[in-house]
Amino acid sequence: MTTGEPLIVLDSVNKWFGPLHVLDEVSLSVGRGEVVVVIGPSGSGKSTLCRTINRLEPINSGAITFDGQPLPAEGKALAKLRSEVGMVFQSFNLFAHKTILENVTLGPIKVRKEKPAVARERAMALLDRVGIANQADKFPAQLSGGQQQRAAIARALAMQPKAMLFDEPTSALDPEMVGEVLDVMTSLASDGMTMVVVTHEMGFARHAANRVIFMADGQLVEDAPPAEFFANPRSERAKDFLSKILTH
Amino acid sequence: MSVLIDKFDVFAGGFWLTLQICVLAAIGALILGAVVAVLRISPVPPLRAVGTAYVNTFRNLPLTVVMFFAAFGLPALGSNADFLRIPVLDSLFNRLGTDLPYFRFALIALVLYTAAFVCEALRSGVNAVPAGQAEAARSLGLTFGQNLRYVVLPQSWKASIVPLGSVIIAMIKNSALIGFFGVVGDLSATADQLTGAEGYAFIPVAIGISIGYLIMTVPLGALLDRIEKRQAVAR
Repeated sequence: MTTGEPLIVLDSVNKWFGPLHVLDEVSLSVGRGEVVVVIGPSGSGKSTLCRTINRLEPINSGAITFDGQPLPAEGKALAKLRSEVGMVFQSFNLFAHKTILENVTLGPIKVRKEKPAVARERAMALLDRVGIANQADKFPAQLSGGQQQRAAIARALAMQPKAMLFDEPTSALDPEMVGEVLDVMTSLASDGMTMVVVTHEMGFARHAANRVIFMADGQLVEDAPPAEFFANPRSERAKDFLSKILTH
Repeated sequence: MSVLIDKFDVFAGGFWLTLQICVLAAIGALILGAVVAVLRISPVPPLRAVGTAYVNTFRNLPLTVVMFFAAFGLPALGSNADFLRIPVLDSLFNRLGTDLPYFRFALIALVLYTAAFVCEALRSGVNAVPAGQAEAARSLGLTFGQNLRYVVLPQSWKASIVPLGSVIIAMIKNSALIGFFGVVGDLSATADQLTGAEGYAFIPVAIGISIGYLIMTVPLGALLDRIEKRQAVAR
C-alpha cells in the first residue's frame, strides 16, 4: 500500500469563490497506491478539492505537490502534469464529436505522440477491460450513462496515469448503472492505482477505500480508515451526516 | 427600364468590382477574426486584453469612420497599402495592384471592421461547446492549441456558421460604402454614374443595383439555411 514519499500532498490550501471560503486550510497527503474517498455534504468543497489536484481549479494560497514537484503554473509543464493524472467527471465529458475509440486514443496520440496503431491496441485492451470493446466505433451519445462513464475511465487510463481523480463518477447515473462503474473502480483500486474519489457511494468507501476523508464547510474534518470512520465518527458533523444518509 | 439592358456592361462591371472586394474582404476578415477570437479566449490575460480591445474598437465605430481612417490615416502615415499588392492575387483581382490605392484602403477598412464581428460569431460558437469538453481535454494534458484544434473548434463551427453567414451578408451590403471613399465603379457607385452623369431615372437604376446585391446575398443565405437544416438532422 503506502510506500515511500506520498504522491499527492496538499499543504494549508485555501480557496475562495468570491466571499465563499470553499477550501479552508486543507492539508492532505495521499500515498502511492492509496485509495482515498472524500465524502461530505454538498457544498463542502470536496469536488473543488479534487479539481485542485490537477489545477482545473487554481488555489489562492497553500501548496500542492504531485510526485515531489509543486504544481506548475499554466503552460506546457502543467499540461504534462495533467497527462499524468487521470480525471473522471460526473458528467463524463466524452468528446461528443469523436467515437469511443477516438476518445481513448486522442491523448496518447496527440499528447504522448504515440503511433496510432500502438495507441489503438492499448485503447482496445482498456475498452475490453471496462467491458465496452464492442462499442468502440460508436459515438458517446449512442451509449448509456454507465457505458459512457466506463469509456471515460478507459480514456483516462490510456494515458497510463500515476493517479486517478474521480469527481462524483456515479452521481449522474441511473441506479442500475452505478454498479458497473463501481466494479471498474474497485478493480482499479485492487490493482494498486492511487485514487482520490469524491463520491456518495458509502458501499464503495467501505470496501475499496484505505482512508475516508470527511469534509464540511471547506474544512477537512476527519481522516480515518473506513471501518473506524463508519463505526465511530469522532466529529458531530460526521455523526450528523452519517445518521442522515445511513438511516434509509 | 431599358437602362438595365442598355447599360448592362456598367452594372456587370460594378457587380464584378463589388464581388472582388467582398471575396477579398471575406477572406481577410475570416482570417483576422479567427486570430482575434483565439486571442480573446486565450488563457494569457494580456492577449485576451488585446483581443477585447480590438473588438471594442472596431465593433463600436461606424464603418464610415473606419473607412475615413483608412483613406486618410494610411496616406498620412506614408503608406499606400502596397503590401496588399500580392503577386498572384493582384492579377486575379486587378484593382488590388493598381496605382490608385483606394481599393486597398477600402479593403483594409472592411476587413478590420468585419473581423470584429467574425471574432464574436466564432466566439459564440466556442461558448456553445459545453465547458466540460475543454476541461476533459485539459485534464488529458492537451495544450491550449491542441484543445482548440481537436476538441473545441470541430464542435464550435456548427454553432458559428449561421451567425458567421449573417456577418458576411452584412459585409457585402456594407461594401456599398466604398464608392464614397474613392473606389470608382463599384456596384452602388454605378447609381451615381448612371443617374448623375448620364441622366437615367433613379428607380430603374436602383432596381438594377438591388438585383446585383441580391445575386450575391440570396444564394449565400440559402446556403446557410441548407447547412442549418442538415445540422438539425444530424442532431
